[in-house]
Amino acid sequence: MDHFPTNWGNPRSEDVDNYNTYPVASHIAKVPHSVTQIAGYGHSNGHPTSHTQQPVVTGTSVLGLKFKGGVMMAADNLASYGSLARFRDVERLHQVTDFTVIGASGDISDFQYVKHLLDSQMIKEYNADDGHTLATHNIYEYLWRVMYNRRSKMNPLWNTFVLGGVHNGENFLGAIDLKGTPYQAPSIATGFGSHLAQPILRKEIESRGGEQNITEEQAIEILKKSMKVLFYRDARSMNKFQLAKITAEGVTISEPMSVETEWSFAEKIRGYGA
Amino acid sequence: MSSIGTGYDVSVSTYSPDGRVFQVEYAGKAVENSGTAIGIRVKDGVVLAVEKLIQSKLLVPGANRRIQNVDRHIGIATAGLLADGRHIVKRAREEAQSWRDIYKFPIDGPNIASRVGDYIAAYTLYSSVRPFGSSTIIATMDKTGPKLYMVEPSGLYWGYHGTAIGKGRQVAKTEIEKLNLEEMTCREAVKHAARIIYNVHDDAKDKEFELELSWVCEESKGLHQIVPKEIAEEAEQLAKAALNEDDDMDDD
Repeated sequence: MDHFPTNWGNPRSEDVDNYNTYPVASHIAKVPHSVTQIAGYGHSNGHPTSHTQQPVVTGTSVLGLKFKGGVMMAADNLASYGSLARFRDVERLHQVTDFTVIGASGDISDFQYVKHLLDSQMIKEYNADDGHTLATHNIYEYLWRVMYNRRSKMNPLWNTFVLGGVHNGENFLGAIDLKGTPYQAPSIATGFGSHLAQPILRKEIESRGGEQNITEEQAIEILKKSMKVLFYRDARSMNKFQLAKITAEGVTISEPMSVETEWSFAEKIRGYGA
Repeated sequence: MSSIGTGYDVSVSTYSPDGRVFQVEYAGKAVENSGTAIGIRVKDGVVLAVEKLIQSKLLVPGANRRIQNVDRHIGIATAGLLADGRHIVKRAREEAQSWRDIYKFPIDGPNIASRVGDYIAAYTLYSSVRPFGSSTIIATMDKTGPKLYMVEPSGLYWGYHGTAIGKGRQVAKTEIEKLNLEEMTCREAVKHAARIIYNVHDDAKDKEFELELSWVCEESKGLHQIVPKEIAEEAEQLAKAALNEDDDMDDD
């Protein structure tokens, strides 16, 4: 029994093996705690430290587009295991607050972990009950620190996140990648989307003279068109996706939807059709 | 008191010859002298109400909250030493979060009550610590419905239909017993809670108080929150009116 109340509820020191739980490394006692904390040093359980080297179950592109009065986001419902379309009902757009949505491409289990982190922060805010709420750019900053910290430990969370939201009449759209690089723009597309969809999104914005000239209906059509292009050319995508709309009224994440596609041309491609 | 001067009341790790632990009983005294806190469990939720005595006119209104959130679906009302109450709430929050970290779903009523109860009981076992001078009323909604618990400084906890702690607990309990809790809604319970707090307040001894009202119910979508302003104000008006009626009757 530990008779020091200040220790109650805290983890036991990793330097002392009170219960002789071999294989707690016998060398731990000789090496200062500060050293064992260094990334790359063996773990206290005697096993080598392991870091994420690659994503496993992955989601493909996430799209985001500002429009007059809000932000629209899109992501399909597929989680791939390598090239295998493993899970077909995964929601990659997640509501964080009344006015913030996070979209994730990359490792799905890392995304689940980040959702838990964000939810824990939201509960902290709820408990404080001080009348303050976190704006999208506050959550963005937090997420940025989390991602940068993990990359600095050489153990990144293998995602590119897109954060969309509205605060005090201002629209917010930003992305953060696995190295902790923050990036804000009127249109954002991750993964394959950065090659295939981003040019479309930029062209639509430019041709209208800015995102403030895009209506909600147009934003939906632009994203649907982009999702269709991605479905045609990205082999890790699926024709089942959701749209998230964030306005001053709040967040709505749609039911899964699909777009009409035309494959008759495939017949004429040698080695593809007949 | 029989305990004083005998030497059996200085440590929580020494029993008196007749099997009592006086330090725990003294902790109970700290609670008995506090402003009243009540909890009422009805068919669609739980209501908490606190008579928060104002220590100084210089305090900012709303300071020193005695009903606090522990998780989205859990609220705790405390009576006794304010600082001890806050410490218990802090621990309850850690327990609720740790449950979420491990199991990835919210902690339910029996488990949060047991975690809080065990923690408080631990402080009655060692001579190096002092028991908490604070009782807590835990209100929550889980999958199986609304739950209400009260934890005493000894660590003892039970589930309740209704409970009261602090100065006005006797009167408050009698009032709660008169209510038909099985068929009551939270909307009605809020009014009764406000009325009871106003009823037990003794303005001869304590001048000012703030009424704190919270609920966790179907109407709040399972969230523990301060009762919305309009509903709370209505309940407070009715409570004041009921009090004046009583006074008028006494005059006759």
